Amino acid sequence: MTVRMKDERGRMKVSRAAGTQVTSHESRVTSAGRRRFMLGTAGLTFGIAVGAPKLLRAQAAAKRAVINPWVTLYTDGTVEIQSPAAEMGQGSLTSLPRIVADEMDADWSKVKIVPAYPTGKVYGNPLFGGEQYTAGSATVTGYFNSQRQFGAQVRQVLIDNAAERWGVPGGEVTTIPGFALHEKSGRRLSYGEIAAFAKVPATAPEVGVEPLATAQFRLIGHDVTRVDIPSKVNGTAQYSIDVQVPGMIYGAILREPTEGAAPERIDETAARAIEGVIRVVPLKYGVGVLAETPWAAFKAKNALAVTWKRARGTGFSSAKGFEAFTAVARDPAQSGIAWETHGDVPAALARATRIVEGEYRADYAYHAQMEPLNSVAAVSPAGDAVEVWAGTQSQSITVVAVAGALGIPVERVKFNGTLLGGGFGRRGNRDVEFIVDSVLMSKAAGRPVKVLWTREDDVHNGRFRPLYVNRIRAALDDSGRVVAWHHRVVCDEVLAFMDPVRYKVSKGRDNIAMRGTELPTYAIPARLTEGLMQPTGMRTNPLRAIGVGQNSFANEVFIDELAVKQGVDPLEFRKRLLDKTPLAQRARNVLDEVAKMADWSRKRPDRGLGVAYLDYSGTQVAGIAEVSVNKESGAITVHDFWCAIDCGVAVHPDNVIAQTESSIVYGLGLALTERITIADGKVEQSNFFNYQVPRMADVPQIHVKLVQTRNHPTGAGQMATPLVPSAISNAVFQLTGARLRQQPMLAERVKVALAEQGRLA
Amino acid sequence: MSQMITTTIVVNGAKRSVTVHPDTPLLWVLRENLKMTGTKYGCGAGHCGACTVHLDGRPALSCTLEIQHVAGKSVTTIEGLSPDSSHPLQKAWIAEQVPQCGYCQSGQIMRAAALLKDKPRPSGAEIVEYMKPNICRCASYHRIVAAIQRAAKEA
Repeated sequence: MTVRMKDERGRMKVSRAAGTQVTSHESRVTSAGRRRFMLGTAGLTFGIAVGAPKLLRAQAAAKRAVINPWVTLYTDGTVEIQSPAAEMGQGSLTSLPRIVADEMDADWSKVKIVPAYPTGKVYGNPLFGGEQYTAGSATVTGYFNSQRQFGAQVRQVLIDNAAERWGVPGGEVTTIPGFALHEKSGRRLSYGEIAAFAKVPATAPEVGVEPLATAQFRLIGHDVTRVDIPSKVNGTAQYSIDVQVPGMIYGAILREPTEGAAPERIDETAARAIEGVIRVVPLKYGVGVLAETPWAAFKAKNALAVTWKRARGTGFSSAKGFEAFTAVARDPAQSGIAWETHGDVPAALARATRIVEGEYRADYAYHAQMEPLNSVAAVSPAGDAVEVWAGTQSQSITVVAVAGALGIPVERVKFNGTLLGGGFGRRGNRDVEFIVDSVLMSKAAGRPVKVLWTREDDVHNGRFRPLYVNRIRAALDDSGRVVAWHHRVVCDEVLAFMDPVRYKVSKGRDNIAMRGTELPTYAIPARLTEGLMQPTGMRTNPLRAIGVGQNSFANEVFIDELAVKQGVDPLEFRKRLLDKTPLAQRARNVLDEVAKMADWSRKRPDRGLGVAYLDYSGTQVAGIAEVSVNKESGAITVHDFWCAIDCGVAVHPDNVIAQTESSIVYGLGLALTERITIADGKVEQSNFFNYQVPRMADVPQIHVKLVQTRNHPTGAGQMATPLVPSAISNAVFQLTGARLRQQPMLAERVKVALAEQGRLA
Repeated sequence: MSQMITTTIVVNGAKRSVTVHPDTPLLWVLRENLKMTGTKYGCGAGHCGACTVHLDGRPALSCTLEIQHVAGKSVTTIEGLSPDSSHPLQKAWIAEQVPQCGYCQSGQIMRAAALLKDKPRPSGAEIVEYMKPNICRCASYHRIVAAIQRAAKEA
């Protein structure tokens, strides 16, 4: 709680002084970043004494022991656990502390979860180089081992302290939830009692954790109320859009319609005439308006007349993109950057008896998180310090970007994380432009500013899943076995735009665009996947399921086509294609499970069934869709969707199911209706009437089976999303014989495919 | 419309006076003038339902309701639904673990509360029809239906 208490204390102080004074927060950023275990409380205690003397007085009644940077025990029994991930609905605010609490044998009812402050790499995800970055469904999987380890160390420190107090060997002391226990003498000490006298060793105790196969978990694997949920039923949950700071005014920004097209001429006459408008702020990338109310700011933004310079993307359109990308995909002279290479693909293709080809497309897609982007900043009048409130997928990235925008050290940034009204990949780009917005506007205003994006801004300034053309060639041997696989991906570059820092070390391997082309469980001896990233100047970002959402669609529809060509049941075909590894065995299990759930072999009149399978970062998922098609309109209806998921140990099973339900519906929207189109470099859609996301009536019956295995936990937040378009496309084929090879499968596209099928038949 | 007016509305039983542009949506008055931020901005155009409140007891989209037309009317927001999260829907929402990101849920609960006032025992189909205006991007839809049915049973 050290950090957080000072945090809150600091916030109150700044709030009172907002607009006139922003305190320095250097003292709070202790040396924690240099020591992974941070067992010497002296460092932190000293930091508090220097940094917040008032806090120490306020805290005098409740003594506490900081066991490591993750856990602070209070004499009243409260166990504070730092939770490092952003909470955007995926539940890790609850899941990670459950892991610590389980290993330390804490009484869950005494646990208080606090968001971890971005402090060096202390709270970073090991999978992201120590950055606090919540993405890729990588939170539980990335933190699982270290959280167990930290929890076990806390428990050991408590045991050692109790043993010393009782004068017994440490080996005789055990724990029950919230207590150290000496069974021989019947003595017990609560964790709160131990906190009163605990001595914390200078180095972390060497303590192991039980191997996953045999570990007995008390909290992990058991459902619990998510800690954020009670605040989400009464309006008290705080998102950044809800932040109120004394003296705060409002900002809206008319952003360049195409990235890099800076303002050329600005006519602000009409905007300035609106009562409540304070001033117009020219920015490099747009024109900002400061006003006393959000409504005045929005009106003034709409009243601005701005002409823009030309940018790289000016003149670009979705239609031109498809045309150009298709030409690239089909041109063998253009080779891309290899993503996955196994065996000798050119040789295998050369000697193949039969080569099958398929081409797949996807339009741009938009995140549509329910909370339009926004942030609040209070820059000091001298411009040398800032306090910022934001819902971000990366606390680490945010403090660096904010410091960079002002040209100040990160120690001069005070960050206040809030809940996110949805993330889906929209809020983790390296420049966090929607947060820098309020920083620049507050600097211009000399007082705190809340910058709000309207929904129209959120769509127009969207950073999308790129436009894709995927081309797959497979070589078959005489027996019909797939012996080689060549997958070319042509799409707008993503990593280069959204994260230049990671791009620099990527050697051009665009992990956001390319993930999902690899086929780790299918026994195809020669595989080459390559990326040909196109610098179109369009704004791109990871979007739930990133490249997997399209690349797996290409893979799984193509595999269906291979199965059909050979007259093999598509589900059986996949099972045969799986190799003999333990991972592939788990894949077979989820396929068998989902087949059972859907009663796969039972034919339905006027309905089609389609299957898809995916290894997504080690998580095994399989799905089956049951669809019907309105032949007049071309509209697809999905009646049922069955899904079996094996993500190893599920820390919070009900939440894995909730996330899977959520990913299925997200995939449904991407599959059927969600499409962004570009004309002359600008986005054509503007709000939910022309970017249609699934509503309650659109949602099929969803049946999720969580297959629990004792494997290291892998992701759960988006794994089912890519299954949905593939399973739907395959189901439509089974029903009609028409192949749908482009997302979204809009009714008019289905009609065209049906007509074509009619001609062929 | 560029000059501000002063007007009075009744929110959760209390008279509140504000000075704003007459075409300011009720939503922004609630959120920024009255600092009742439980009601959410989602689209500003009546497409998503995140801003749902009750106006004289009927569900209304506060993002498209100009304040000049709300004068003297009675508004109930999520903050006024119950003093202590004790409304059957709020309890059911927790029991069914409905919210994910949670951003749309004030609007969902307010619409559901209006439904149950009209129809204490709605069928599944009636729930889906009534809840249509409200988007949940995290797709907690099935849990919303389950929670409404639970609240109807337990109320």
